[in-house]
Amino acid sequence: MTTLNPTAPTTATGTRRRIVASPGGWLVWGAVVLFMVFLVGIVGSVLVNSFGTRWFGTWLPEGATTQWYSQAWTDFSLMSVIIVTLEVAAAVVVLSVLVGVPASYVLARRDFPGKKVVYLAFLLPIMMPPITYGIPLATVLYKFNLAGNITGVILANLVPCVPFVILTMTPFIEQIDPAIERAARMSGARTFAIFTRILAPLLVPGILASSILVLVRTVGMFELTFLTAGPDSSTLVVALFNSMNAAGIRAQQSVDAMAVIYMAVMMVLLVIALRFVNPTQLVAQVKEEPEP
Amino acid sequence: MTGGAATGRAPTGLSLRHRLAERGVDGQLLLLVPAMVFVIGLFVYPFLYGLGLSFQPTKGGGAFADYQRFFSDAFQRDTIWKTLKLSIPAALFNVLASVPIAYRMRGRFRGKRLVTTLLVIPITLGTVLTAEGLLNFLGPAGWFNRTLMSLGLVDQPIRLINNYWGVFFSLVITGFPFAFLLILSYLSGIDPSLERAAATLGADWRARFRRITLPLLAPGLATTFCLTFVLAFSVFPSAILVGDPTGTTRVISIAAYQAAYEQYDYPFASAIAMIMGAVELIVIGVVLLWRSRFYAGSTGGKG
Repeated sequence: MTTLNPTAPTTATGTRRRIVASPGGWLVWGAVVLFMVFLVGIVGSVLVNSFGTRWFGTWLPEGATTQWYSQAWTDFSLMSVIIVTLEVAAAVVVLSVLVGVPASYVLARRDFPGKKVVYLAFLLPIMMPPITYGIPLATVLYKFNLAGNITGVILANLVPCVPFVILTMTPFIEQIDPAIERAARMSGARTFAIFTRILAPLLVPGILASSILVLVRTVGMFELTFLTAGPDSSTLVVALFNSMNAAGIRAQQSVDAMAVIYMAVMMVLLVIALRFVNPTQLVAQVKEEPEP
Repeated sequence: MTGGAATGRAPTGLSLRHRLAERGVDGQLLLLVPAMVFVIGLFVYPFLYGLGLSFQPTKGGGAFADYQRFFSDAFQRDTIWKTLKLSIPAALFNVLASVPIAYRMRGRFRGKRLVTTLLVIPITLGTVLTAEGLLNFLGPAGWFNRTLMSLGLVDQPIRLINNYWGVFFSLVITGFPFAFLLILSYLSGIDPSLERAAATLGADWRARFRRITLPLLAPGLATTFCLTFVLAFSVFPSAILVGDPTGTTRVISIAAYQAAYEQYDYPFASAIAMIMGAVELIVIGVVLLWRSRFYAGSTGGKG
């Protein structure tokens, strides 16, 4: 072992260096750089345009100004839009955690007839694209006069978020040692006491991680909010879409200023999120199917 | 392990409760109830309601009249083809471009976390903001065309927005990082010692990739393709904003939206949503069928 160890790392780094230097390696890095250039171009052009005075036929605008921000703030009544966004996001996070965590506890700890069906029912809303079930859902919500206001937006956003909490919390609860609960039960604790006194403190990191993921998804969720929101219940991303779709009514820079505000909100959320979860978790909604 | 001790103290109830508890059914399962109510009330019921509604056309003419209407009208029928023409190439591109890049990056290197964080940004920003950025960046006076023109590659700005390519680019910008991060996590789940063993037997990297990595990665590729395809198939905001929503990029979700929110014909909209779901399931079914022909056991790694 001791004689082999020093040689192993050197060969490993040696091969890696060779790979990076090969033409294939350059091609791969070239593609990554190209993608990043596009990304910077997309974000940068929105940012520059939102601060520009007049931008026509040159590389950069003629001057810098912040007037578009004040204009966007009043024209799109951004204050109320942001308040609606925060209300929706907070309600969805709280409700989906309250509903989802107990269910994920049962799924993690218990085996019962029909468990696979239950699991599938929770998996489907995540696997289906929002537009497909969003239209029937909005129809039903309108039928019960629940859509067109903030209640409808919250209800619609809960559809993918409750299963999302369940699917992220189930593996988290599975890795908590059940012996702790058994010990508490032996000492006479009821299920409720076990939840509040034993499990809740242990679950805090997991709940925090899934809450922040739900928060990011809800603030960024376009389709379901768009289909159920009324004029006073649009979130930031829907308001942005509406102002873009009504192009020509407002100055492009004003729309871009709003886009920058949306971007700033998402970036703050992303920075917070990345403190608790790794980047892949933001993407992979379901790591694998339950059991093949 | 007896939850719900407050109910059923009677001796006759006890035996039933006991028998149920032995099969794993007891009061603790009540914790599932709120979540089940949610899924049934807000997902299963609306879905079935929509399905039922799609068979009750507003204009009458039999249960399948709305489906017939969709398939007999070329303007509506072609949306399926337009959506597939957009989503399958975009999903294939995203997956196929991700494989070599993820293959190079699967090891540890400085700045890996930075690269993955940067890639998460477009996913977090979402399609609406990407569309806004593409309009500025790829537009006729945007930086992209300006660069091409000053490099002398083109004489006139190329048209990249308000057509097929605008939507395609937006699908790549949001879909590629998604596919890449998924494939990267599948690749790092493959035990590297398998490849090292092949290397000791004299396999060069091409043989190692084709004979070891690719077969182990194939199920992951299929799953990634499905998820990326689903994202691309339900493209809606970017098809309207950077696409040509009355022509080449009138995708099926636009057709469903217009039926519901512009013509207020909910049965027809539901029928289109059902057709959309069915087409999607067919494509996914084909991919998963293809996937089932591959090795599906452990990949030996931590993932």
